[in-house]
Amino acid sequence: MNGKSEVTERYLTLYKENIDKISAVSSPYINSFREAAFEKFRELGIPTKKNETYKYTNLNTFFDHDYKNYFMPVTSDFVKAEEFRCDVADLDAHGIVLLNGFYPTINEKLRQLPSGVWIGSLNEAAEKFPGQIKKHYGKYAKSETDGLIHLNTSMASDGVFVYVPEGVTLTKPVQIVNLVQSDDDMFNQHRNLIIVEKNAEFSIIICDHTLSPRKFLTNAVTEVFVGENAHFDIIRVQNEHNAACKITHTFIHQEKYSVASSNNMTLHGGLIRNSMFHYLGGEGAECYSYGLFLADKWQHVDNFVNVDHAFPHCTSNQLFKGVLDDMSTGAFNGRILVRPDAQGTLAYQKNNNILLTDDAKMDTKPQLEIYADDVKCSHGATIGQLDNDALFYLQSRGINKHEARLMLIFGFAHEVIQNIKIEPLRERMDNLVKQRLKGELSRCASCMVKCG
Amino acid sequence: MLIINNLKAAIAGKNILKGISLEVKPGEIHAIMGPNGSGKSTLAAVLAGRELVEVTEGTVTYFGENLLKMAAEDRAKEGIFLGFQYPIEIPGVSMVNFMKTAVNEHREHKGLDPLSASDFLKMMREKKELVEIDSKLANRSVNEGFSGGEKKKNEIFQMAMLEPKLAILDETDSGLDIDALRIVANGVNKLKRPDNSFIVITHYQRLLDYIVPDVVHVLYDGRIVKTAGKELALELEEKGYDWIKNEVENNILT
Repeated sequence: MNGKSEVTERYLTLYKENIDKISAVSSPYINSFREAAFEKFRELGIPTKKNETYKYTNLNTFFDHDYKNYFMPVTSDFVKAEEFRCDVADLDAHGIVLLNGFYPTINEKLRQLPSGVWIGSLNEAAEKFPGQIKKHYGKYAKSETDGLIHLNTSMASDGVFVYVPEGVTLTKPVQIVNLVQSDDDMFNQHRNLIIVEKNAEFSIIICDHTLSPRKFLTNAVTEVFVGENAHFDIIRVQNEHNAACKITHTFIHQEKYSVASSNNMTLHGGLIRNSMFHYLGGEGAECYSYGLFLADKWQHVDNFVNVDHAFPHCTSNQLFKGVLDDMSTGAFNGRILVRPDAQGTLAYQKNNNILLTDDAKMDTKPQLEIYADDVKCSHGATIGQLDNDALFYLQSRGINKHEARLMLIFGFAHEVIQNIKIEPLRERMDNLVKQRLKGELSRCASCMVKCG
Repeated sequence: MLIINNLKAAIAGKNILKGISLEVKPGEIHAIMGPNGSGKSTLAAVLAGRELVEVTEGTVTYFGENLLKMAAEDRAKEGIFLGFQYPIEIPGVSMVNFMKTAVNEHREHKGLDPLSASDFLKMMREKKELVEIDSKLANRSVNEGFSGGEKKKNEIFQMAMLEPKLAILDETDSGLDIDALRIVANGVNKLKRPDNSFIVITHYQRLLDYIVPDVVHVLYDGRIVKTAGKELALELEEKGYDWIKNEVENNILT
């Protein structure tokens, strides 16, 4: 197979050397998926540029590397986690701090919030909620082309579990602050499962911060079930340093009349790849997939979106934007699949990018596959420079060129940010983007690593 | 205030302005009229500092300084304001943020501290009332989704906020219904002072019923072919531009 590169061999070996250790700390049910996933990974391998969906992203710089530290949750108390305070003013959220994707403390690994929502470690949940795990784990994260998803299933040892029972509305969002820290170069895989049952409402914010200047590679898979008439929002804030590679695969399965939104805010990172898989699995479901990235230096950001309209009268909307400075590169691949039965589909996609230099490069690829006839679909992709007319308009009011450029880029980015429903977070994102554009560090005050 | 001497300018190698001379004194309102393609908007663009236009010859002196050497934003801070014929939509940039940045740049230039948020909002409110602009417009992105009339009123609002010494209004009246036209004209009349001046570029005489010019110039084929008092506007309205064209082509006018 095409994936059997030396790089892939490295991970096959890694599996063989570590699978016993990983299995020993994991739930038997989760272990039961590992072997088949490993075989699938062996077949598909680490994606190369020959893989159509990774055509513009070279993973080798991060995958072809000896990491000293792998997989295992740290079980000791994590002092920094306790000290970490998110400084977003007025953000009223249930805060959870993770270390490298895992629960840092052995106490309270699964707890119930006052509203009845359960949140904690996936392994713990597998013991306490075996029915839920059996119903949802491994059911949505499927791929015939992407070996990384199977690599995760074969070796991820833990991750976050959220269970929002039927009819429960969580008025405050849950904020997960994921700190990435290690004294050695580290490869990390975690696996999250979020279950939002019928008529429930839940929103989650995931903030990634790197805390130590080592080389990091993260390959994370998140499965989400959004039940009938339920509402779910996920917002990711990615703020990692240039030696960090973050790969996320998010599968959102929606039942009828549910509404889900995803917002990926990529402020900083060496190599970032976000894959969003939206499955509209019931009549009248709606999904909104947003993304914004700001890249400079040699950074690379790749957003892949797959929206699957499998039932009638569903709505989907994709809006992804990128601002590329210096010699940074980016890719967008947005696929809309409208299956034969999905009559009355509304599906929109927009991808706009601004290149600030001649050396920056963006590849964008819309992909529409429509097999139903009563469908309204639109897509548009642009790659361009700042609008000179708009620049002159601002200058003609006395705003200097540099500031005018920043205002225009900010305005461009704000069109994505304005879709964040949580107001304090929206304001914080506006500010972080402004700081980032000014060349200031866009990190939160509590973070001690210089991302630049 | 402003002395233009034998100004020639080109866009993409094509000569548009072919030798314009004009002097504007403090307190004056000059109207520049002329058929389409005569160079009216190019003249406005040169004065505002649009880089797209290349000045090939001539001088422009503004309060004794060489205007052509100044960047667009510096001209604005020195008191030049251009009301755009086609105001630009800028999604994602709020009117409030836009105006606050601009006003504070002007203040900094004058050695003043930035306005406090409450003083700024008070100023916005006063100027909105002055130019009768819908207060909701100020909460939206710059010109985004504004009707043609709203965009033009927004130009007048910005002018009120920035209090220029020399305002150049480029066909601000085109496409306006009579109510909007009256609002625009009232805005100009309310902002007129003995020490500031206006250059009103217009295609139609109609605006000049409301804004009474001291001088009317007719621009044709990149040159000012006729200069007179406000009665010239009425004559043009009556006879149309063909009369001017014929006279120029027959070399009756110099």
